[in-house]
Amino acid sequence: MLADADRIFTNLYGFHDSGLKAAMKRGQWDGTKLLIDQGHDWIINEVKQSGLRGRGGAGFPTGLKWSFMPKADPRPSYLVINADESEPGSCKDREILRHDPQLLIEGALIASFAMRAHTCYIYLRGEYIREREALQRAVDEAYAARLIGKNNIHGWDFDLYLHHGAGAYICGEETALLESLEGKKGQPRLKPPFPANVGLYGAPTTVNNVESIAVVPDILRRGATWFESLGKPNNSGTKLFQISGHVNKPCVVEEEMGIPLQQLIEEHAGGVRGGWNNLMAVIPGGSSVPLVPAELCQDLTMDFDALLKVKSGLGTAALIVMDKSTDIVRAIARISYFYKHESCGQCTPCREGTGWMWRVLERMAEGRAEKREIDLLFDVTKQVEGHTICALGDAAAWPVQGLIRHFRGEIEKRIDTYHGGHKEAAE
Amino acid sequence: MAVRRLHPDQPAHFAFTPENMAWATATIAKYPPGKQASAVIPVLWRAQEQIGGWITEPAMRVVADLLGMAHIRVLEIATFYTMFQLAPIGTKAHVQVCGTTPCMLRGSKDLIKVCKTRIADEAFHVSDDGAFSWEEVECLGSCANAPMVQIGKDTYEDLTAESFGALLDGFAAGTPPKPGSQVGRTASCPEGGPTTLSDAALYDGSRIGQWQKRFAGGGGAAPATPAGPSTPVAAATPAAPAAEAKPFVHPAALAAMANAGIVKELEARSSGGRPLAASELANLAQLARVKGPAAYGAMPEDVVTIQPVEPVLLKGPRDGVRDDLKLIWGVAEKLEERMNALGIWHFDQVANWSPNEAAWFESQMPGFKGRIERDKWIEQCQKLATGWRPDSDAGERPKG
Repeated sequence: MLADADRIFTNLYGFHDSGLKAAMKRGQWDGTKLLIDQGHDWIINEVKQSGLRGRGGAGFPTGLKWSFMPKADPRPSYLVINADESEPGSCKDREILRHDPQLLIEGALIASFAMRAHTCYIYLRGEYIREREALQRAVDEAYAARLIGKNNIHGWDFDLYLHHGAGAYICGEETALLESLEGKKGQPRLKPPFPANVGLYGAPTTVNNVESIAVVPDILRRGATWFESLGKPNNSGTKLFQISGHVNKPCVVEEEMGIPLQQLIEEHAGGVRGGWNNLMAVIPGGSSVPLVPAELCQDLTMDFDALLKVKSGLGTAALIVMDKSTDIVRAIARISYFYKHESCGQCTPCREGTGWMWRVLERMAEGRAEKREIDLLFDVTKQVEGHTICALGDAAAWPVQGLIRHFRGEIEKRIDTYHGGHKEAAE
Repeated sequence: MAVRRLHPDQPAHFAFTPENMAWATATIAKYPPGKQASAVIPVLWRAQEQIGGWITEPAMRVVADLLGMAHIRVLEIATFYTMFQLAPIGTKAHVQVCGTTPCMLRGSKDLIKVCKTRIADEAFHVSDDGAFSWEEVECLGSCANAPMVQIGKDTYEDLTAESFGALLDGFAAGTPPKPGSQVGRTASCPEGGPTTLSDAALYDGSRIGQWQKRFAGGGGAAPATPAGPSTPVAAATPAAPAAEAKPFVHPAALAAMANAGIVKELEARSSGGRPLAASELANLAQLARVKGPAAYGAMPEDVVTIQPVEPVLLKGPRDGVRDDLKLIWGVAEKLEERMNALGIWHFDQVANWSPNEAAWFESQMPGFKGRIERDKWIEQCQKLATGWRPDSDAGERPKG
């Protein structure tokens, strides 16, 4: 288990005061000026060397992303922090926003300085109202103590504003988020141009997840080597894991990357309901990644590369556990409904495909389908995947693919049962 | 996508209250000039709150006119974002039940059944007494506390059909229960107590400043020996580092410690329960900035030999406006010219020098050694950098 001394989120559950003075006592805002004095490039290099990969789901190296920002550009640069946490299973940023907000604010200052940005917007999902209030209190405290703001004690003018959405999952996609922040419908933009060149208001912009930004001050203080030594090669550091579904004690917990799945569930979440052998499948990274059946879970570790090998993904490290009582087809059909509901409607394959996949899955959950439709469904998911502007199409397709890959027999059994029942009724 | 249309019965007018109008103006100011459309979601939201939970067509027009947007653009926003309610909702509570898979696995279907029997058969229909309405929403981001509902601004978590029923009773009677977990959990902590974060050293302040060792002596250079994982943290009291600090402590570190010291002062001051004003906090922060280097000055001289390290130098003054360095006591025209020639234009440059950087400057000036410390340049510049100005053009003679 990760040692407490190596944890970054020391007030994860809110047992301690989230105010500024208590945060400082926990070591936040400790010598931030010294870190800033090391210069823009030092910070970016250190983040690169730490091996930090974005915590929002895609796992893109954060330092590399920062280095794409232009160094001399007449336009203002922006940092936008994505706190539109809406991926089913994910509930980690919420804990940072309401319990350790100063970590995020300090990280925002440092990241903005590294990218030569003087303005940062934090985009929270509309439903996080109390979280927004908590974060605004923290921002006000930081302004009052002149940690941020114009002419602050760190010598880098920096303004931080909160913005919020109003219930659209798609606004978690970075370009849709920028559209929404500009006051439009959250419909993703084509890339290129990438936000680092043409982002918010047409100016260079970097969009980062809350957790990616909040870990930066600690990485700089303790050193890239410290962070890199945790976890596994190419999957370094600590990570907030969220364990929900059929476990005895669902929770959010900070652990080392690459922790074995079984250890994570048993040490922190009180084990699978009914014991490890009662496990049917897990969705390891939030609803958009394919499920992993129990037989592959035995030696599985929770990191980007290991999960890719079982054709799934780490995503936001939101682990949804399903025991043997689960109606697996309905569970995935509900995810399909989610994507149908959240598709922005811009690209035809996604707008039409998500609804189609959901309707077919609903029939399959009852068995009211033909076996050949399973292959047809799989084929349709392949027609949606990769044929849309943003990754929502992929995210809608993958869970269905995972279901067919691992639980085809279950679907066929239902079809047989349904047809068998109806044959008897007809006779 | 969801099909969302405007309600057939719309009121004739909408106008913001003066308070909400002031709030809207302040919100618009968060965005660059000409980008006021950015404020559309927050301002519409405010309108929805004012109306009592739903957004009317006249309100959309008012918001569009306020932000200089075409009416259709605001209509698009209101229909695209599902938290804008397009029809009246229950007066006492509008229940948003999360029905997505993580909540579904833990029983959200039971909650929906309760909604159907107690409120209305269909979502978005108001109950017979007009007090309640409900809808099934997509993931609300509280999956470790599933199943859950959101009512107004608050979430109610870890529900069962029974506790949800009690919750509705509470709202009906005007005495809603405490938000958060309904089984007594703290946030997303595992039930029965945390499995982590039991190390008291995380909270006693003993870790403050420890990490700065790796910067010692390096100035702006790359850290020499980064700390390994779980390096045992020495329990030295950070408040008295000068006493036996063999590796010298960076002034910034001391400033940070002094900042942490503020906390105690704040505690003492606010014990009367009176919240501190922004200006008071600012004064305290300033106090700490001045205190830090003073503590550094009191260190035994034989502790360190300081290696010169070149500080950050500027080719020209920022924004073409240089600070009047002659306001530093002990600096006159000639010296100012030399400083400018080296690339020093601003008080804050000097204010942020580490001892190594100060040593570098002294090494550039023949016969200058020790003067920065004697004349307390760093302290003077820290004061000057805040915008404070001395009475005399020659600067203020440092005390002591």
